Amino acid sequence: MSDGSITAQRRPRRLVYRHALVTRITHWVNVLCIVVLLLSGMQIFNAHPALYIGSASDFDNPVLSITAATNAEGERVGLTRILGATFTTTGVLGLSTAGSSVEARAFPSWLTVPTYRDLATGRRWHFFFAWIFVINGLVYLVASLINRHITRDLIPTGRQLRGIGRSILDHARFRFHHERDYNVLQKLTYLAIIFLVLPGVILTGMTMSPALDAAFPWLLDLFGGRQTARTIHFVCATAIVLFILVHLLMVLVSGAWNNTRSIVTGRYAVDAKEPSDD
Amino acid sequence: MIDFKRPSRRAFLFGAASSLGALALAGCDGLSQSDRFRKVLYTGEDMNRLVQRALLSPATMAREFAEADISANFKANGSTNPEDPAYRALAENGFADWRLKVGGLVETPRDYALADLRAMPSRTQITRHDCVEGWSCIGKWTGVQLAAVIQQVGLKPSARYIVLTCADELEKTLDGTGRYYESIDLEDAFHPQTILAYDMNGETLSIPHGAPLRLRVERQLGYKMPKYVMRIDAVESFADLGRGRGGFWEDRGYDWYAGI
Repeated sequence: MSDGSITAQRRPRRLVYRHALVTRITHWVNVLCIVVLLLSGMQIFNAHPALYIGSASDFDNPVLSITAATNAEGERVGLTRILGATFTTTGVLGLSTAGSSVEARAFPSWLTVPTYRDLATGRRWHFFFAWIFVINGLVYLVASLINRHITRDLIPTGRQLRGIGRSILDHARFRFHHERDYNVLQKLTYLAIIFLVLPGVILTGMTMSPALDAAFPWLLDLFGGRQTARTIHFVCATAIVLFILVHLLMVLVSGAWNNTRSIVTGRYAVDAKEPSDD
Repeated sequence: MIDFKRPSRRAFLFGAASSLGALALAGCDGLSQSDRFRKVLYTGEDMNRLVQRALLSPATMAREFAEADISANFKANGSTNPEDPAYRALAENGFADWRLKVGGLVETPRDYALADLRAMPSRTQITRHDCVEGWSCIGKWTGVQLAAVIQQVGLKPSARYIVLTCADELEKTLDGTGRYYESIDLEDAFHPQTILAYDMNGETLSIPHGAPLRLRVERQLGYKMPKYVMRIDAVESFADLGRGRGGFWEDRGYDWYAGI
């Protein structure tokens, strides 16, 4: 019943086929695209490091700004203002070292592509990888509808939904069951990212285009104007970063090797005896 | 399994991850400067242009706003006061001696005084100006449709682009390639909202915003809308102008098609 070497201490396991080839390929293409899009996005943000609400920019009232300033003691500091609250973020946001010099820049050199200030090249990276990201996403969607990855693997069952409290407790205690199916929190998170955050980041990106605004004026009404769309684009990007951090943490604490193997080769080791509850 | 409670291993993993990250970023810088890789990246612009042009008909209009939406503080970017002595002399005289030279691949080249342009049918539009940096401002523009000017002089069949040459030098260069210029294709040149604006927010266009004349191309970004326009030429190709990419910012790596 199990093909691994079984010791008295280890629970018996068997390998199941968890991720189809198309899921694995689109996952890794997505990793590349999202990393480049985030890093080049921060390069673009650095060209005008402030966010607004509405159609146009009310320069005196940004909802977020990351700037350099000189404080009362005459020191250069980095300041991040969010909704009227000011935080000193010297060293990372607003003012940071780039090579041997201290630079006034919203995001630091080690978070931007290119590392030096170059909006034109940042935009080139951003749009090239945005196209690959969108095409890759469409391939994933079509394939996942055909091979039933979405309906079979991502939509939670009624039983899972009813057991959501238990799943939250298990996650809080870092207790993980190794089953072929994703757990309910995992499913809901993936669904939110795939059908809310990623479409949101794409559509708000499109809303920043004056040409696409002419073609699809409803985008402006949907997001409340170009500058609000730009702010939502940034919020979606932040949500993606948070997702990646939690995703990586979960990968590491619930069996780093097993998880990595399942998204590279497709094979995942499950507990031989499946628990009766989800 | 990775044991994160052991600090030495944690430190090692963190160090390894940061070194890998630094290496990857250095690699991206290298790629950014490689001509071959830039060619690959530039295909993103081709995709943007092909897809957006397919989505837009020649008559698809940019949204127009209400008087109440006009920005109280419309940012003036780029040159805000050209130093060119000839331009200064024109400005001191209220642009009475300024002439717009329209030529190149046209049937009847001619000069226009401001009064000539003002005597032609005008169009007023309240539109959003989107800077490539990310900010937007809304302004009211009044001017003459570029199409009307082009029709008066008559395009030769070989003309494919309209090039606008400006009075401002945005970068000091020895070869003169720091002078601002821009080019648009005929689809944008003939668009109803493409105007040569002489008034802004109901007043004569100010010097920071491009007096006496600036272009509006409402379905593209701000840098496609040159200020201080002195000449308009119809051309077949812009390869021999400036550094050959069709505009001041295009020569410095920005997209020729700035629909996004």
